[in-house]
Amino acid sequence: MSVNQEQRTIRCLVAKVGLDGHDRGAHVISRAFRDAGFEVIYSGLHRAPEEIVQAAVQEDVDVLGISILSGAHDTLIPEIIDGLTEYDAFEDTLVIVGGIIPDADEDELKELGVAEVFGPGASMAEMIEFVRENAPERE
Amino acid sequence: MQERSQGDDAEHRTGSPDSDGSDGPGDDSVNPLIEDLLAGKHRALARVITKIENRQPGYRELVSQLHQHTGDASVVGVTGSPGSGKSTLVDKMAATYRERGETVGVIAIDPSSPFTGGAVLGDRIRMGSNVGDMDVFFRSMSARGSLGGLSTATTDAVKALDAFGKDRIIIETVGAGQNEIDIVKTADTVTVLVPPGSGDDVQMLKAGILEIGDVFVVNKADLDGANRTVQELREMLDYRDGGLPRTVGHHGADAAGDVHGEDDGTETAGWEPTIVETVADRGEGVEELLDVLADHRAYLDRSGEREKQRHARYAEEIRTLVREDVNELLAAEIEHRGGIDSFVKQVRERETDPYAVADDVVGPIEECVSERRE
Repeated sequence: MSVNQEQRTIRCLVAKVGLDGHDRGAHVISRAFRDAGFEVIYSGLHRAPEEIVQAAVQEDVDVLGISILSGAHDTLIPEIIDGLTEYDAFEDTLVIVGGIIPDADEDELKELGVAEVFGPGASMAEMIEFVRENAPERE
Repeated sequence: MQERSQGDDAEHRTGSPDSDGSDGPGDDSVNPLIEDLLAGKHRALARVITKIENRQPGYRELVSQLHQHTGDASVVGVTGSPGSGKSTLVDKMAATYRERGETVGVIAIDPSSPFTGGAVLGDRIRMGSNVGDMDVFFRSMSARGSLGGLSTATTDAVKALDAFGKDRIIIETVGAGQNEIDIVKTADTVTVLVPPGSGDDVQMLKAGILEIGDVFVVNKADLDGANRTVQELREMLDYRDGGLPRTVGHHGADAAGDVHGEDDGTETAGWEPTIVETVADRGEGVEELLDVLADHRAYLDRSGEREKQRHARYAEEIRTLVREDVNELLAAEIEHRGGIDSFVKQVRERETDPYAVADDVVGPIEECVSERRE
């Protein structure tokens, strides 16, 4: 309420990237995050990696959740991570990925710096818990 | 992050819980985060706004340091009911400013849930015309249920964008209540969007948002009923200054920016609210709108209204901050004396009364102040 009282809220960008029109999952996640008390910025469909980077940098989000079901994650996610690095934003952003990601690719993504990959069947509670526990502490 | 480099390891940029966000007292040196912001680093600007939003320890010092670098940007507030096309219009405005070679900062405010505090900030979806253009800095903010705090946070965030060097700043917010009105009032020019079919002329008579607009935009002007909405708006605006409605059609686009009131010496002398018709998603009327906004800026300078506006704004800012600080001081004092509950108990048991409690709490502080004054 007051001007000086600290009010920290976890900010998330829920991003749909590339030629992938399946946004039901992203909507459901956005809503679940909102109900968990997070501030969710939803990117909208068909975003280019550079748009995602622009949004993540400007919005200074704690968490970047990339939803991708097109199979193009091997190309698009590294581009996003490179962009974040370029703007000094990679280190203190928690990057998580949701969608259909083969196990082998999952390992690769994690090596790139993706914190966690959530596939079909992952529960909302699990994801919210993960974000709460791993959202970067910033000062 | 960056400000950690103040004393300790500069290259270690990841924030950690032990890092000291609040900077040392009496430190006159410029905060590294501010240095980065002034040097044009987007990340620093984004982080400063986060700190402002979070009211993180040390944010006041940041804003203090920003102040001397501000004053060059023009600020436009855009408001209107949900679905009136604000975000789309703001997107096109930003793109048009960019074509003119000006840099743009946007702050879009969306409501937050009163229950969980969570929010979905969706205005960014409409920012399709400025993809990859980092010279449009778009920032979503949620209302965070903070009644008084939001307009302060907005003002401070505008300062950050201004200091960063943005030429044009747009504040976008749903015009749904007093809170929003307070926010858009921090802008130099207030633009109100009125979509066609927003109710009959009685709706237009209602107090509030329609009273504060400098420029009215009838967006979606290609829809049926747009002409009628324009007419009703004109009528309403004629009534606004207590005058009788003049012939409808008196204010055309030609009336834009003219201060014809000045020489006929009426008390309504000054800016005549202008109505602009746009079709935001096709970009129609946006150039015209920007011209009207430029006219309004010219009017503010010419009439000395800008000085008055600034004066009033800074006065309000100072008052708000002082009020909040004193409130906090008093809250701490109440806490120190056993908390509000114990006072309530005493009042309920008729041992004392609310006035006596207030005197009791404030008295010593008053004494302190008057002693110091001498």
